[in-house]
Amino acid sequence: MKSIIFKSASTYLLPLLVLFSVFILLRGHYLPGGGFVGGLIASIAFVIHSFANGLETTKSLIKFHPGFLMPIGLSIALLSGMVPLLIGESFMTGLWFDEPLPVIGMIGTALFFDTGVYLVVIGVTLTIIFTISETI
Amino acid sequence: MILAILSGFIIAAMIPFLSKLVKGKGAILMPFLPLLLFVYFLGYLPQISNGDTVDLIYQWVPSIGINLAFHLDGLSLLFALMITGIGALVFFYTVSYLKGHVYLDRFYGYLSMFMASMLGLVLSDNIITLFIFWELTSISSFFLIGFNNEDPKSRKSALLALSITGMGGLFLLVGMILLGAVGGSYSFQELLSQRSLILEHSSYGWIIGLLFLGAFTKSAQFPFHFWLPGAMKAPTPVSTYLHSATMVKAGIYLLARFTPLLGSTPWWNTTLIIVGAVTMVYAALHSVLRIDMKGILAYSTIAALGILVFLIGLGTEEALLAASVFILVHALYKATLFLVTGIVDHETGTRDVTALGGLRKVMMPVAIAAGLAALANAGTPPFLGFIGKDLIYEATLHFGDWAYVLTTAAILTNICLLCAGLLAGFKPFAGSLPARFEKAHLPHPTMWVPPLILAGLGLLFGLFPGLIDQTLIQPVYSSMSGNAVQQHIQLWHGFNLILGLSVLTLTLGVVLYLQLKPSERLFGTTLKFEWLSPQSIAALLGRLFTKFAGLWTGFFQNGYLRNYVITILAFLTILLGLRLYQGVSLVIDASKLTELTIYEVIVVIIMFVSIIFTVFSRSRLVAVASLGVIGYSICLIFLFYSAPDLAMTQFSIDTLTVILFVLVIYNLPRYNTFSSKSIRLRDGVLSIFFGTLIAVLTLEVLSEPLNRETSIFYAESSYLLAKGKNVVNVILVDFRGFDTMVEITVLVIAAIGVFSLLKLRLKSIEKE
Repeated sequence: MKSIIFKSASTYLLPLLVLFSVFILLRGHYLPGGGFVGGLIASIAFVIHSFANGLETTKSLIKFHPGFLMPIGLSIALLSGMVPLLIGESFMTGLWFDEPLPVIGMIGTALFFDTGVYLVVIGVTLTIIFTISETI
Repeated sequence: MILAILSGFIIAAMIPFLSKLVKGKGAILMPFLPLLLFVYFLGYLPQISNGDTVDLIYQWVPSIGINLAFHLDGLSLLFALMITGIGALVFFYTVSYLKGHVYLDRFYGYLSMFMASMLGLVLSDNIITLFIFWELTSISSFFLIGFNNEDPKSRKSALLALSITGMGGLFLLVGMILLGAVGGSYSFQELLSQRSLILEHSSYGWIIGLLFLGAFTKSAQFPFHFWLPGAMKAPTPVSTYLHSATMVKAGIYLLARFTPLLGSTPWWNTTLIIVGAVTMVYAALHSVLRIDMKGILAYSTIAALGILVFLIGLGTEEALLAASVFILVHALYKATLFLVTGIVDHETGTRDVTALGGLRKVMMPVAIAAGLAALANAGTPPFLGFIGKDLIYEATLHFGDWAYVLTTAAILTNICLLCAGLLAGFKPFAGSLPARFEKAHLPHPTMWVPPLILAGLGLLFGLFPGLIDQTLIQPVYSSMSGNAVQQHIQLWHGFNLILGLSVLTLTLGVVLYLQLKPSERLFGTTLKFEWLSPQSIAALLGRLFTKFAGLWTGFFQNGYLRNYVITILAFLTILLGLRLYQGVSLVIDASKLTELTIYEVIVVIIMFVSIIFTVFSRSRLVAVASLGVIGYSICLIFLFYSAPDLAMTQFSIDTLTVILFVLVIYNLPRYNTFSSKSIRLRDGVLSIFFGTLIAVLTLEVLSEPLNRETSIFYAESSYLLAKGKNVVNVILVDFRGFDTMVEITVLVIAAIGVFSLLKLRLKSIEKE
């Protein structure tokens, strides 16, 4: 799309939206949000960028194929579920640190699990959309 | 013990990394795996001979009663020794037989996998793990039959064997689950104490029927026998190991194992006697008409398996004893004959008995092994085969009213088997050597020593039956019958009727061999009746099934998205409509509905307008955008009813959907209306019906008394148990985290699907 306004806006929108998606991911445990929505918002950020600047620009910005996020996310989710096994609890028991961290809030296995979901969703969405737009 | 059983799997898993070693000098190391296992199991022999058993339990899935439970008694030990012992010889044999083959590493991998599955099968005490190992043997057999994967016939045979044994396996699974449900346990030892309960249960017939189907398909009993001759497409070591000595005996093992639990009832015995007798006579007659050495051996193996089923069916003390001995006898001589066949094929390039002859002049040790095996097969004294055959006749003669019929069937089978044994074990080595085989020579010792050992054992055990009587055969018998045996096996019984029958068999068999000139013509005659055989009937059924599947798929899976949607919607509408019409009294309680607010009215009006735009617009972009508007309006409604998470997700999804649509739209041809008015009308009516039904259904659900237990639980415990205040998110990542895990996996699979579909298609287009 050859719109100067859209193009310049997208450059600023991308980091803002990604930041927003992380924010949505982190607040998910207490307020509306979570890994799934966060992932979708992050994907939308990249898709808008690719609309404005062309797919190639976006891809060179990401540096690697978004498909790699899928196995990474899956592994994070799986590993976070396996952590409780180390202390003899059953698979996917939620474990939490007692004190919240500044900015991020409470840290626990569920948060890592949600991060895994977040990454998988970005990977899946971008892979599908990029593949389709490349092919046609 | 678990390491011993699973070592084959471990080795098989390591094979890809050791590929170079196995294909090169390291090949000679492979046989030491079965050899070590053989020694290991031999170590249990004294313990088992004393009448003890060994039990081991490893917890696996205790919640549904499936454990890695192993039970070693006489029967399991006999099989374990055969599996590892013959395995070791076959592994040694393969070193030379497939020397330098490109897939030698794979071959050893499959073979180790098979050995481990077979060991697991005969040692399992848990009937579900037994089934799992059972299936694993079918799968490894599939790979081994199709080992020459460039030969279409090989692949077809492999598939046939897998479908027959796999189908039987499924029946077996159902039978096992049924048995577990009736007996209240999956442990065989625990089931044994429930015997009377199971025998009287109304499902007893089903249980044994399903068990029989599993055993008969695996052990190639009539009418499921036809996969076994096809399986001879496998390399000879495989035929030796799987299709004569071990895997096909898995069905026999199953029957023997379950005899003390389910046996000794009229149904059990009669079925086994009839099936066994039909199989042994049918296959024995076939075996003498073949001209391919492997074909002869394949049919004589089927006949031998028939004899075993028949003996287990007789179920008397003598019959079970005969079965115990015959399992060993048959494994020894048939494995020898197969290995010999492999050598002949390897050195001369043919297995045609009409062409072969005089090979003793070039490969004496092989000829000795073959001769010994043929004599053992013939049941001449002093071989173990003689003892085996005597016991069979003893069993049939003492079987009440039917003694004459059964004995005649047994004699007929034995005559044919004898003749078949001579054809495969004697004829290729007798007479004069044709000129074209003069260049044939004795292969590497790793090839001819194994058959010689096996044949020698047959002679040794015959001369000194005491070697195996107390130590092995008695424990086998007692695990089949549950009692100690009264009778001892011995070579010489004195002059009696049984000896007379043995002599008669021997004489007639030799006469048949001398009279019968195997030829293409004779073989051709049997082919004329081929259309009557179970194989042709099965093939016909298979073709009909494929045709039906083709029609069915063609109708429902025609590749047009619109047809799929219509099918699904129409089906749902009819089903739901019927149900609502039949039984449900529609009560829509207006008083329970909340009052409309002005915001909702506005949103609904927006939606309505968008629908009209979507349906009647002449531009795709407008239609897609309107569809997006409908989605956003739904988000608003979610927001009104305090579901912010849902609204957020729906909002993002709708955005992405519109983007996707827009991406695709640019690539489509100009907008055009292809469907006629009537089709559009039909679709419209269907959509309206469907929408109305869903609306009615939703209202109907509202009027049902609501069970809030679950939602209250989540709301109350989400902070207490999972430290989260957003219930939706807590459910997703904690309470139902496992679901989410699987869902994201599905998402990944879908993405990989899209990627590979589009990218692969692109590559093939680029190639052109």
